Amino acid sequence: MKKLEKENRNLGEKKQEENVFGLKLSPRLMELLAKLQEIELEDFEMNVGDLEIWLQPGAVATPTFVLPKVAAPVKAKPAEILEAEFIPPVETYPGKVVEVKLGATKTEGGTRGKMHIIGGETSPAFYTFERPVVHSPVITLDVFDMEVPLAKAVKMHVKDVIGNPAAWAKLAVEKFGADMITIHLISIDPLVKDASPRDAVKTVEEVAQAVDVPLVIGGCGDPVKDADVFEAIAETFAGERFLMSSVTRDMDVERCAKFIKKYRHVALSFTPMDLNLARELNRRLYDFLPKEDIVMDLTTAALGYGLDYAFTNMERARLAALMGDPELAHPMSSGTTNAWAAREAWLKMAPEWEPRELRGPLWEVVTALTLLLAGVDLFMMMHPAAVKTLKDITSQLLGEGSGNADRLVEWVSTKI
Amino acid sequence: MSDREAKGKVGIRELSPIDVYKLLPRTNCKQCGEENCMAFATKVVNREVPIEKCPPLLTKEFEKAYRQLKEMLKPAVKEISIGTGDRIVKIGGKLVMYRHEFTYFNPTAFAIDVTDEMSDEAILERIKRTETFSFEYIGQTLRLDMIAIRSTSNNPEKFKAVVQKVVKNTNLPMILCSLNPNVLEAGLMTASKSRPLLYAATKDNWQEMAELAMKYNCPLTVFAPNNLKLLKSLTKTLLNYGVEDLVLDPGTFSGNGLADTLNNFTMIRRAACKRGDELCSFPLIGVPMTVWMERDGTPEEIAKWREAYLASLLIVRFADIIILHSVDGWSLLPNVILRQNIYTDPRKPVAVEPGLKVFGTPDETSPVMFTTNFALTYYTVASDIESAKVNAYLLVVDTEGIAVDSAVAGRKLTAEKVADALKTSGIEGKVKHRKLIIPGKSARLSGEIEELSGWQVLVGPRDSSDIPKFLQEKWQTQT
Repeated sequence: MKKLEKENRNLGEKKQEENVFGLKLSPRLMELLAKLQEIELEDFEMNVGDLEIWLQPGAVATPTFVLPKVAAPVKAKPAEILEAEFIPPVETYPGKVVEVKLGATKTEGGTRGKMHIIGGETSPAFYTFERPVVHSPVITLDVFDMEVPLAKAVKMHVKDVIGNPAAWAKLAVEKFGADMITIHLISIDPLVKDASPRDAVKTVEEVAQAVDVPLVIGGCGDPVKDADVFEAIAETFAGERFLMSSVTRDMDVERCAKFIKKYRHVALSFTPMDLNLARELNRRLYDFLPKEDIVMDLTTAALGYGLDYAFTNMERARLAALMGDPELAHPMSSGTTNAWAAREAWLKMAPEWEPRELRGPLWEVVTALTLLLAGVDLFMMMHPAAVKTLKDITSQLLGEGSGNADRLVEWVSTKI
Repeated sequence: MSDREAKGKVGIRELSPIDVYKLLPRTNCKQCGEENCMAFATKVVNREVPIEKCPPLLTKEFEKAYRQLKEMLKPAVKEISIGTGDRIVKIGGKLVMYRHEFTYFNPTAFAIDVTDEMSDEAILERIKRTETFSFEYIGQTLRLDMIAIRSTSNNPEKFKAVVQKVVKNTNLPMILCSLNPNVLEAGLMTASKSRPLLYAATKDNWQEMAELAMKYNCPLTVFAPNNLKLLKSLTKTLLNYGVEDLVLDPGTFSGNGLADTLNNFTMIRRAACKRGDELCSFPLIGVPMTVWMERDGTPEEIAKWREAYLASLLIVRFADIIILHSVDGWSLLPNVILRQNIYTDPRKPVAVEPGLKVFGTPDETSPVMFTTNFALTYYTVASDIESAKVNAYLLVVDTEGIAVDSAVAGRKLTAEKVADALKTSGIEGKVKHRKLIIPGKSARLSGEIEELSGWQVLVGPRDSSDIPKFLQEKWQTQT
């Protein structure tokens, strides 16, 4: 019976492989996609001002706002423009999202070359007419410790480093611009390889040596095994402020919180799309951990597969935090990679929806952008083109805005 | 979920059925189809029926109450219709700024552009593509909505000819785009009965545009890029002139102007929903195709990519219409789905009824599979089984509306639940075998399910699109 089950599973996986990797990309598209990546990545290495060479660097034309005046009502057809005032509808909020430090440099007790601060918001996401963004969102790229099924559009970029987490991490940081690396310890799953905490420590060691960015430690989802592995890693890398992904309600929360505190790391408080459960888990963590050591993950569903829930849940959480709910006033993390769980991201479809090599990463981009506008601070992502696009957009949104009105008017008559 | 997070400082639009009930005739006459006036009031508050469904309310006697109700139920953003006939498009009608405060009405309309200098074939092809675009998604057909006709020639005759062509070939609503009133009128004359959206009144042409909008009874766009004071001033002027149906365009900037775009859209919508600013209380139009102006020799795919993500940002941030140039499926699909997601009513559960579902005419040897009661999962699996044209039973397990992988992780899908569902469904009396095909993503439960239920488990594919193949290869060899 067991054997049969195993066979079935293998068969299922094999078929999935076939499905995912079936289509050959036309050379032209391949070239274009490569170009997209090249152009974009090259740009990214230039300074911020040169970031988007395709832009018309227009004159700054920010709207001018005048104090309100009471205008008299006009009855006859007006012969000239009637003035109205526009006052930006700016709010102030009683609450503030806590700031959380990810990673620690030498001066802070770790070994990382850089660290990131996320959170600190006092306005909804990118309401920059109200207040500037405090900290730019951070992107952490997925690295797996063993071979896993990947969509073809993703695999083509990482095929040479699969099975070598250190090389994969290096590629993600140096080529794809990852701010952080998530090392997913799939092999520790008792149902997969049941690798030991010691093995996991070794893998993390290799990754930590290869790159100097802060790390996210990804567990396998087994509540007991994850705690064992997280503790071993926490102790070995004491002071590094790694993000332990994740602490869930069915784990020994007290134990996890204690070793995270003791060895100076950060907890990712994960709950399945329910703000009351999120509050409850955060409250349990508060007994042992300062708020500044907690990031929360409210669950990300893919575009087309419940993204509306994820979006609204996060938007509500952030607005609640700003309105003064301290139990939700944590930076938010999103497992944006879940976008690839949507079959439309990887499946070969009828020709009118192809190529999936573009559809797939766009699926990840749209999922990410939707949640960016809900207030996500930390994105766990997969595809290099999606990462680059999100970086470009956030840097554009952080700016002052310099929309060139005179130029824009011409869109109506522009020949394409 | 408590609603403590829902209440902002500026209260949400809260209306109780009692407020409506007080103004109704309260005779329980049932002419509206409801049992009594209170039931009708509840539906009115939930925007499930318009108050016009109450015949006595429309009589002279209740004129005052009717007007009061109209005012009370007035959306923060005016609802405007474009076009006529069966493809008429309604935009705006928003009651709230955030979807969790109630729900969003009138999904963002997608318009595809054609120009008066495109070839006949290109125009006809783009019209056909816009008309026939469709994607089946959880029991709905996702479509494109409108044609935007732009004058790139600035020649009235050419514009007239292309509008004529569009009118002849489709009944999709139109947006007529030219800042030159003479050009616009030439097109409008041949579409005088079609109620297109006019694009656009600016600080330079507003008077002529207002005359056109009134003469042909069309909604009119107000265009004042990156200048909200001017946008409001023009709106005020046009309202005073007598044009009532307006659509606002604060400009869709990309690149370094992107922050302006989001800020302007957000400020206008907040002013309308939270500040009651009448001059901002109109639908918003976004134009992601402005990215094509700055192509600078980059490959087409990159312009399509940028247009697509700009569209996504605008769908989330309050655009009621968007104008697009790309008609590629890969760039449109994520956005028609995003629109559906954002405009899904958050008040309604997306779970389906758990229990046993029957496909085709199964007998005692037919396969038995299970899935969760998350609507998306269910519809996806159901459509894959249907497409396989097999006779089968599908057991829908109550996972509180959570998908397979999340339900396994969150303990909403357990071996106990599956064993329980098998027993209570009556399936054991319907088939003589005891083989259960489980979703590939719940493989870790297989041992426990076998122990608890006594059924033999076959681990099915991780994605249900492989069900047909799985059944063909595995089920047949099994039986």
